[in-house]
Amino acid sequence: MATVDIAPVKKPFRWHILVFLAPAALIYTAVMIFPLISTLYQAFFSQKWEFVGFGNFMQLFTDPRLSASFWNALINNVWFFIIHMLVQNPIGILLAALLSNPRLRLRGFYRTVFFIPTILSFVIVGFVWKLILSPTWGVTSGLLKSVGLGWLFQPWLGKEEYALTTLALISNWQFIGIPMMLIYAALLSIPDEVLEAAECDGITGWSQFWKIQLPLVLPAIGIVSILTFVGNFNAFDLVYAAQGAQAGPNFSTDLLGTLLYRTFFGYQLQLGDRAMGSTVAAVMFLIILAGVCVYLFGIQTRLRRYQF
Amino acid sequence: MSKATHSPLRSIAAHAILLTYTVIALFPVFVIIINSFKSKKAIFGAPLSLPLGDAFSLIGYETVFKRGDFLLYFQNSLMVTVASLVLVLLFGAMAAFALSEYRFRLNTLTGLYLALGIMIPIRLGTVAILQLMVASGLVNTLWALILVYTAQGLPLSIFILSEFMRTVSDDLKNAGRIDGMSEYRIFFRLVLPLVRPAMATVAVFTMIPIWNDLWFPLILAPSEATKTVTLGAQMFIGQFQTDWNGVLSALALAILPVLILYLIFSRQLIRGITSGAVK
Amino acid sequence: MTLTKHLLAATATMAIVSAVAPAFAEDVNLTIESWRTDDLTVWQDKIIPAFEAANPGIKVTFAPTAPTEYNAALNAKLEGGSAGDIITCRPFDASLELYNKGYLAALNDLPGMENFSPVAKAAWSTDDQATTFCVPMGAVIHGFFYNKDAFAKVGITQPPATVDEFFADLDKIKADGTYIPLAMGTNDQWEAATMGYQNIGPNYWKGEEGRLALIAGKEKLTDPQWVEPYAQLAKWKPYLGDGFEAQTYSDSQNLFTLGRAAIYPTGSWEIAGFEANATFALGVFPPPVPKAGDQCYISDHTDIGIGMNAKSANPDAAKKFLSWVASPEFGTIFANALPGFFPLSSGEVKLEDPIAQEFVSWRAKCKSTIRSTYAILSRGTPNLENETWNASVQVIKGAETPEAAGARLQAGLDSWYKPAGK
Repeated sequence: MATVDIAPVKKPFRWHILVFLAPAALIYTAVMIFPLISTLYQAFFSQKWEFVGFGNFMQLFTDPRLSASFWNALINNVWFFIIHMLVQNPIGILLAALLSNPRLRLRGFYRTVFFIPTILSFVIVGFVWKLILSPTWGVTSGLLKSVGLGWLFQPWLGKEEYALTTLALISNWQFIGIPMMLIYAALLSIPDEVLEAAECDGITGWSQFWKIQLPLVLPAIGIVSILTFVGNFNAFDLVYAAQGAQAGPNFSTDLLGTLLYRTFFGYQLQLGDRAMGSTVAAVMFLIILAGVCVYLFGIQTRLRRYQF
Repeated sequence: MSKATHSPLRSIAAHAILLTYTVIALFPVFVIIINSFKSKKAIFGAPLSLPLGDAFSLIGYETVFKRGDFLLYFQNSLMVTVASLVLVLLFGAMAAFALSEYRFRLNTLTGLYLALGIMIPIRLGTVAILQLMVASGLVNTLWALILVYTAQGLPLSIFILSEFMRTVSDDLKNAGRIDGMSEYRIFFRLVLPLVRPAMATVAVFTMIPIWNDLWFPLILAPSEATKTVTLGAQMFIGQFQTDWNGVLSALALAILPVLILYLIFSRQLIRGITSGAVK
Repeated sequence: MTLTKHLLAATATMAIVSAVAPAFAEDVNLTIESWRTDDLTVWQDKIIPAFEAANPGIKVTFAPTAPTEYNAALNAKLEGGSAGDIITCRPFDASLELYNKGYLAALNDLPGMENFSPVAKAAWSTDDQATTFCVPMGAVIHGFFYNKDAFAKVGITQPPATVDEFFADLDKIKADGTYIPLAMGTNDQWEAATMGYQNIGPNYWKGEEGRLALIAGKEKLTDPQWVEPYAQLAKWKPYLGDGFEAQTYSDSQNLFTLGRAAIYPTGSWEIAGFEANATFALGVFPPPVPKAGDQCYISDHTDIGIGMNAKSANPDAAKKFLSWVASPEFGTIFANALPGFFPLSSGEVKLEDPIAQEFVSWRAKCKSTIRSTYAILSRGTPNLENETWNASVQVIKGAETPEAAGARLQAGLDSWYKPAGK
């Protein structure tokens, strides 16, 4: 464990720490943090730059329309996240586990193939899935009919009750390469000696995975979870590419990201509202920050890390 | 290497699962590729048919090469992506090392500060970023994009790399210190090679949103000389008439360079892991 | 890491390359911001060469942005100070906002402005009509396209003139079963509102009369003339294709041009695309009137204008260009290169496309109006136009009654809009 403090008790200023941190901190502060702050502090001002304190926040949560859109987007977002945690990440872990077997053939092939969807741009992902799921051109309905399941078909993306789940699954399909790769990297960094020792003790196959490998990659799973959380609560592009900024049908696929885009930049005849947009962004930020803090202070510090 | 204790049955089951998922992963990609070689009529008339006979058409690719200098767009995308990656990896790894290796006041706070960026979409800072680029004369240069993408990529890379750097053995580093290595040498010679798989992972995660980004090229570098592929492909998407042949062909082509970069990084990943095991 | 070295080398090379950018400029360069990616080739091959030939020393670049990104990108670029010299103007409030913020220059004294009637200029003028800030470029007329072969096959001899005939024809097409009667989907939302509600609506609210009464607060969206178009839309549902809920706008276009649908509610902007892609004889008819003999109204919407970035570095060249856009010469090139975008100048422009001529001929017998939600009523939040998208979809799906939709929209409007003098 990383508990050994290597710094002697009294030491002159450690310049190297500054050298290591400075380039990243400078670029990041100048090009990201500064522009964001100079934009987002309008959350405390009106459109015309009169100081309103927490007025915008009050309005966001009390105005019946705004608050309804906000809660709708938040709830949709939670569901979007749940699907990623239940579908994308377990499948990603499973694939990584299968691929980490050094005796498996075609590993490189599989690994590349599973990652290809992640490479695609949202424009093309939106197009191809709309084409595949389209009731008009008959790809999915034809496939389902050919196996006698034609009755299952629905215009999923156009139905309020299915559209969000469908989009979440498309997003799972697209991004499964990310958990797979992170877990895979973690699994591969487990030294062979550990696994060999386990095998000597008769722990093989699935029980080896559950008892040895999984506990060892828990920190990586932690990272995957928090990245999924952050990614999902910032998600925007897929809904935008597939359903437009109005997140149809009837706002059933509206996420915080699309709500923010509509509010901040405007859409169609709706003009952008920087003040309210910044307010929504600030609330989103607080939600994500809360999640990240839970991870950093609640989970990360308790995870046991093994150094090899 | 331990003796094989695996049964052929288990390996068949593993392949069955992997092949099933291969089909799921590739089917839409297959649909994209075949349709990029078809006429518009054939795309919608029969989306699953192969581009044979009448359906075969190179119209999409012809459009791509006739309307706009896609060779240049590809070059721009590649330069922006690669340069941003270098900066993100180098600066990100340095910062991650500082955070994971040294105990100093404000360590946690600095870590949190550097992670803030993954929590707010940088797109919101667009106007201020544009003003910054206008002021520094970087509008319509690739540098504007590189700076933004570097800033955008740093938080995630620091976040992931510092996690992986915590697993690098202290004994090794302390041995280096006893040998009189400077902290910089320890970082570049000892630590970096060991976290190569994580670096490759971060590289892959960082490059994809950069390669596919539409917004910042549109705002910061929309000129003909600095257009990226994704932005170039946008000209086929119209208000009423979308040239799906053009879009599909341009974006199908756009898969290739990232795929090649991915293959390069994923070889680093394997190599890093094997070299790590011999230490 | 040798890889890093290569990458560093590449970066360094790039730094050098980008530093040696071309720096000679004798010609004045004008850049046009536009959302009309569709027209890129028309501008590059026809319009710009014609202008440059007549105006040596001025080079023009048409730099369109994908339409969904246009407003956001343009606003950012104007604010950041990197927008082009010439700005293509959305109608009404979006451009008015730009003028009010000082991004668009006033064009009252631009030579050529006298070619436009006040009606044509209304979409790009201040509320008091005192200042105009964009040169009107084109209007689009709504209507229905139909597949003549399909009509012949199911035995329809003449396109429907009344609503009853319209539904009778739809029934015939449906009974025949070869064609989907109506090509329309609700996935993209605006289709239902723009090509449904705004297309047939003017016949019910009597065009300008109703539109202005709504603005004046004398009529409400809960009045029958505003609810009835929704009731009509609701009746379209059985004639739409299976799974229309997930059918996108381009699906509808393709359904129609592939000859699988008989009637396509839309507008004149489709002329060029349909003529290029359809393999059957195309016909058009105006929105059917409720009863035979009723006065007909058409949506003849001023949709596209062009103005000048107030901070343009080349205002003289930009004005020269805009003057030329205001001239009949441009009007003729534009209208014939883009049939379906009808020039707004008062001067005679000869249209060559027969379908475009047909659309324009409706102006003689029907009264023109613009989309009811565009002027003034979409200035606030909730935005009436955007809400109308949602309401039209909900009504077609049967998820909301026409009355409920009207009530909801009126309530939204009331929450921020106070008619003048009330």
